[in-house]
Order: sequence, then C-alpha cells, then structure tokens
Amino acid sequence: MSAPLSVENLSVVYRVAGGILQAVRDVSLSVQRGEVLGIMGESGCGKSTLAAAMINLLPVGAEIRQGGVRINGTDMLKLPPAAQRALRGQSVAMVFQDPMTAFNPVLTIGRQLADFAGAHDPARATPDRLVAMLARVGIPNPARFLDRYPHELSGGMRQRVAIAAALLMQPDVLIADEPTTALDVTMEAQIIHLLRDLRTSFDGAIVIVTHHLGVIAELCDRVAVMYAGEVVEEGTVDAIFHAALHPYTRALLACDPAVVDPSSGRLPTIAGRIPDLTALPPGCAFLTRCTMALPACHNPPPRVLLAEGRSVLCHRVQP
Amino acid sequence: MSSAVDDITLPARRGIGRALLRDPMGLAGLVLVVAFLAMALLAPWIAPYDPIALNVKAKFQPPSAAHWAGTDHLGRDLLSRIIWGARLALGISITSVGIAGALGLVLGLVAGYGPRWLDSALVLVFDSMSSLPMIFFALAVITVLGPGTTTLILVIVLVSFPSYARLIRTQTLSLSGADYILAERAMGAGPVRIIFRHLLPNVVGPMVILICMDIPVVIMLEAGLSYLNLGVKPPSPSWGNILAEGYNSLRQAPHIVVIAGIPLVLATLGFTFLGEGLRDVLDPRGAGRRWT
Repeated sequence: MSAPLSVENLSVVYRVAGGILQAVRDVSLSVQRGEVLGIMGESGCGKSTLAAAMINLLPVGAEIRQGGVRINGTDMLKLPPAAQRALRGQSVAMVFQDPMTAFNPVLTIGRQLADFAGAHDPARATPDRLVAMLARVGIPNPARFLDRYPHELSGGMRQRVAIAAALLMQPDVLIADEPTTALDVTMEAQIIHLLRDLRTSFDGAIVIVTHHLGVIAELCDRVAVMYAGEVVEEGTVDAIFHAALHPYTRALLACDPAVVDPSSGRLPTIAGRIPDLTALPPGCAFLTRCTMALPACHNPPPRVLLAEGRSVLCHRVQP
Repeated sequence: MSSAVDDITLPARRGIGRALLRDPMGLAGLVLVVAFLAMALLAPWIAPYDPIALNVKAKFQPPSAAHWAGTDHLGRDLLSRIIWGARLALGISITSVGIAGALGLVLGLVAGYGPRWLDSALVLVFDSMSSLPMIFFALAVITVLGPGTTTLILVIVLVSFPSYARLIRTQTLSLSGADYILAERAMGAGPVRIIFRHLLPNVVGPMVILICMDIPVVIMLEAGLSYLNLGVKPPSPSWGNILAEGYNSLRQAPHIVVIAGIPLVLATLGFTFLGEGLRDVLDPRGAGRRWT
C-alpha cells in the first residue's frame, strides 16, 4: 500500500522583483499511516510553502517547478482542479496558524462545519455528527457551540474547532501549519495535548509544521529539518534531538531557550543569516554560517542515506 | 476538559430587528419607511379621492376638512395624489435599485473572485458607465426610447449598477485573500460555493446600506426628471409632477409646492436613517463599536 502522503523532488519558486526565489528545493518526504512527521526550521526556510504545496494551494506568484505530491499514490498536481478539490478536505485536510481569522465571521460554527462536510458528502453534515466531532476535540457543551459565531469563541476554542473541521471527513492526511504559534502558552499546551490524544484515535498521517522545538519533541515520530528550502536532515525524534548530525540541526537545537543553561545569562544564536534565496551559492547553503566547514563544502553537499528515513545533506557525514 | 472553559457564558445573540429598534435614528427611519410602504401598498383604499378626477370648481383650495392637503390647479385632491405618488416613487425606486443591486452584486463578485482578464473587462465596463454624466445620459436614453416608467427604470439601473459592482468587487478582492477563504479552499470548496456561501454574506451588508441610502437619491431623480417632464407622464400623480404643476401656480397657491415637498423630504430622511441604523446593526463585528 502506498503512503498517504509522499512528496517527490518538489521544487517551488516565487517570482519576485529581484528574480526567482527558490522557496522549496528538491524536497522528498513521505509519511506513513499513524505517523506524525514534524517539519522544523527557522522563519523563511520554506516550511509553510511546503505545507501549502502539499494541498496545492500556493499563494499568487508561486510556481511548482518540478516534482509531485502523491496522496495515497495519486499525484495531486497532475489532477484537474475539480479532482483536486475533491481530495482537499476529503483525503488531505489542513489546520492553519491563526484560528482568529480561519473562520467566516458571518456564519455560525455549526453552519461552517456543516458546509465543510457538505462540500463532499451532505449526509455527514448532520448536527449529531458535528456535535460528536466537537466533543472529540474537547469542547464542553458542544451542542451549544453550533449556534455560536466565531467571534464569540476564544483562540484556543477556535483552534479546537478548526481541528474538528479538519477531521470531519476523516482525512488520510492532516497537515497542521504552525497550529500553536498564534496561541498563548496555556492554550498551546492544551492544543498539544489534544493533538497527542488524537494520535491514538486518528489513523491517518499527520504533518506538523513548526519552529517550536517543544512541539516537535512532544508530538512527532519523525522530523525533517529544513534550511534554505532544503531538507538538511531527516530522522526520528530521538535521532534528531540526541544524535543530530547536520551542523545546522545542532546549532538550532543549541538555541532552544528550553535547553539553554540559565546561569550563562546569554541566549546562543546562529551567527550570520539565511542566504539570499534568489541567488543561492553553488555549494552548501549553510556554508557561511557553519563552524565546521570544509573546503569541499563549496561543492553541492551529498544526501547521505544512513538508514530508511534517516538522511543528512552534508559533506561531513560519512555513510 | 477544564472547568474554566465551562464557566464562560456568552450573552445570547440579539436579533437584528431588536437591535434596530433600540437605536432611535434607526427606529425613526424604520417607522417612516414602513409608513411610506403602507401608503404605497394601500393607496386605493386610503386615498380619500380619485387622484386624477378633475373638479375645476374647487381648484387652488387651501387645506380644509374636505381636502386635508388642499387641491391643485385642476381641483384634484392633493393628499390623494401624494398617496398615489408614493406608489409610483417607491415602486420605481425599489424596482430599479433592486435590479441594479442584483446586477452589481453578481458582476462585482465575478469580477472580484474570477480570473484577471474578466475582472479587467468588467472594470472597463463599470468605469465607462460611470464616466457618463447621469443627467445627460438620462436625457439621451429618454430621447431615444421616449419618456415613461420603463425607460426611467432602465436609466436608473444603467446609471447606478456600476457603483454597487465596484463596492462589491473591492470587498470581494480584499476578502478573497482572507484566511477563512483559504481554509475553505483547503477543505475542498469550489468557486461557486465560495462566492455564494462565503463571500456573498460578507459583502452584502454594506450593499444593503448603500441601497437604503440610494433609494432617496432615486426618488429625487425620478421627481427631478418628472419635474422636467421627462419622467412619469402627467396626469399620473408623481411627486415630481405635483411639484412641477405646483411651481406654475406658486403665486396663487403656495401650499401645493410646500405640501408636495414634505413626502420627498420625509422619504429621503426615512431611508437614510434606516440605512444608517442598519449599518450599525448588520455588521456582526461592529457590535463592539458602541463601547469604544
């Protein structure tokens, strides 16, 4: 059986004033049923573009240069628009970053949930089913929620409803793009707990895009670390957090405020900045910031496959 | 889950009607509009006389017990003519603004959410339509088609639909980038569903307000064209005709112009007040505005 979601050699570019911005470069990933994949990286590394490309809803100006996005083995990018729409929501659903703006302000929660489901199968839009789904994401008194308007709910509640909406059609893939970034710490913890609870009852694949290392550590089975549009390292959560091989992953983990020694009085940073994505150097994109660079790093780095689902894009690593 | 979440109780949603009644200006507008609508609908039963029955012996009578608003130069009862005039004024303005609104709504949504080339083509149409000076365009159309109610409605529709279409298009453009439209698309909604289920209810509020504000403009336009003998043909009791005829006899019977002006003023105020009241009430996000 094919994986619910697999991305193959995907490259996405943006047409900008200065030329062509390479946001996602030759990314290949796949997620299995019941597995949670985390996509980690700093701002501007292409992780949100990658998430948008997974449902082929890229912003204006973006263009897929090559590659494919296979949902249950079917390349979504090759389907006509109507068939793509049938897949969205049904086979692959998405939870967005900001729950405050993710709902239509003039429709009640019940109407919107019914509408999500009704787009595919009106029989699934019964109030009973909606209430059951709201209860599943931990909303108290779900029946009362159906008549509420989005502005009457708190951010945490809205994110729960957004997750309920995404799960309504029992998709094979759930993509969460920074699901906790817009929430305060308490709500963030609650949503993380909710997603962790869902892992046991949801048998599809989950992709979580975040820059929050804690979220990755709490929720994910496998992690893909992105830098300058590329996946620089991929592995299990244990491997990434305890035996990271790529210098960027190591530097990123060292910067997590949660692991910094409080007595040192300073927060470590990665010196330098992300390279200009419109004019990338021919070699390793991390070269200018890397403390372990070799002369060979001026050449394109090899993708070193260490095991199934464990790879590093670096000259330093030996197979 | 947590008990703190259970404890949050939110105030029940108030109905639009009740909120409108609470606003004095909206209430005044509603009362006036309902009164004029009742006048228009019940004209055959509440008008004391036949509005076009001549009685030359009783011409230029000032207001009296028999003729509450007096009579005009042909002895016709002014009150009856004003009541029947409401039927014409409201009938023409509501029909034409309704058609223009519906046309503007659909074209605006299509222009705002549709492909770029279609948007450019429609904007060209809107801009060329609104670049025509209204009165001269009206005169030209009336000259070609001849004066009459249908011509009047056609002129008003052609002149006013671009402003609705522009309003709707701008709003649609700004909304189509909203997160919830993206969320809808991510859930597999097609363009028809997005336009009619999600964009339409979000853009229709401002248009209802604009329509309410435009009805008096159209009433005035109808009165103005009728005054110039280019609108409703006499002896039909249009408010503009009554004013025009009253103006001719301003010296003998000044009450005619004054009395015929009153319904115009009240209808204009009524629809404007109602429009402003609706503006405060219709927007669910605007509820907070009252406390700021």
